[in-house]
Amino acid sequence: MLTLTSPIETYAHRLPASVKLAALALFTATLFALKSPSALALAALIPASLIASSGPSFSRESARMLRPLLPIVIVIALWHLILRDPGGVAILLRLITAVAAANFVTMTTRLADMINVFERLARPLRPILPPKTLALAIALTIRFVPTLLTRADQIRQSWRARSPRRPGWRTLLPTTLAALDDADHVAEALRARGGLG
Amino acid sequence: MEKNLTHIALFAALIAVLGLVPKIDLASGVPITAQSLGIMLCGTVLGAKRGALAVLLFLGLTLAGLPLLSGGRGGLGVLASPTVGYIIGFPIAAFVTGLIVQAWKAPILPAAVVAAFLGGFVLLNAIGILGMAFMLEKTLPEAALLAAPYLIGDTIKAVLAGLVTQAIAQMRPDALLSRS
Repeated sequence: MLTLTSPIETYAHRLPASVKLAALALFTATLFALKSPSALALAALIPASLIASSGPSFSRESARMLRPLLPIVIVIALWHLILRDPGGVAILLRLITAVAAANFVTMTTRLADMINVFERLARPLRPILPPKTLALAIALTIRFVPTLLTRADQIRQSWRARSPRRPGWRTLLPTTLAALDDADHVAEALRARGGLG
Repeated sequence: MEKNLTHIALFAALIAVLGLVPKIDLASGVPITAQSLGIMLCGTVLGAKRGALAVLLFLGLTLAGLPLLSGGRGGLGVLASPTVGYIIGFPIAAFVTGLIVQAWKAPILPAAVVAAFLGGFVLLNAIGILGMAFMLEKTLPEAALLAAPYLIGDTIKAVLAGLVTQAIAQMRPDALLSRS
């Protein structure tokens, strides 16, 4: 399965994930404290220059990652244009800057490094959530997603082979049942290998 | 113990798959993604605690950089998006949905539909709209207006979640951890 980490190696890939996360938290908190559009525009220069300095193809990828925001950006822009309210500039600047900065951290950090940080953050929960159990749960989920996608696709295809109508929600139940059966089999396999110990 | 773990991991994967499998189109043509249906099912099938854990596992992997949210979104950017309220609301919605199914000893179909509606529709949208109002500096009624197009599909999903849960109760009674 593809991750959102950019295959284009930048200098930021080499920074530790925890440092990047802490910087991002600080930067985002600052963004929400800033109210004036000019200050926010200055802040927007930070992720913009980080992205630009990583090369043109990295910049194109960053732009693609921002595309899901487009509908809401258009709605908010129209809203404030119709009401002739200049407050929309600050809202949109903050929104796009914050998302772009967060995307930059995601794109320059490998999935395994990010999961490592999360596992370290979850360490105080050790008495109720043993690190080994958490690691196994994460690995199982990552493995189950493509398995289950294939299964859902097979079920939809066999529906199409039998019916001229489109599959729709009717394949929902068999997909869920298949997931439950897989979970039972994996639980049995884990127990057979000594369980969670 | 092993069964708890694998069911939590599998439902985390199921939420992802329901968001990625191309939209489930209803006759009316209202396109809905089934992601919040996965959240409801976590609550109605796994129960409060396990359901919320499955959602947290799904969110952890999404934030870590897997594009598992509907539309292939993921990464830390979702926490800065206007829809952050829905992200925060997901585990809470699953927990409350599960709590209602566990506490209310009605037959499984009405219990699951009502629980999915209260947790996965009313509560989730309330938190989601609060988040949107905060992120976009809008009043609550204005934010509710922005969320309105999605509300119709969500009510249908509560009914679907109930039907699937009832079918699981009949076909795989052992798997219905919320009532065992």
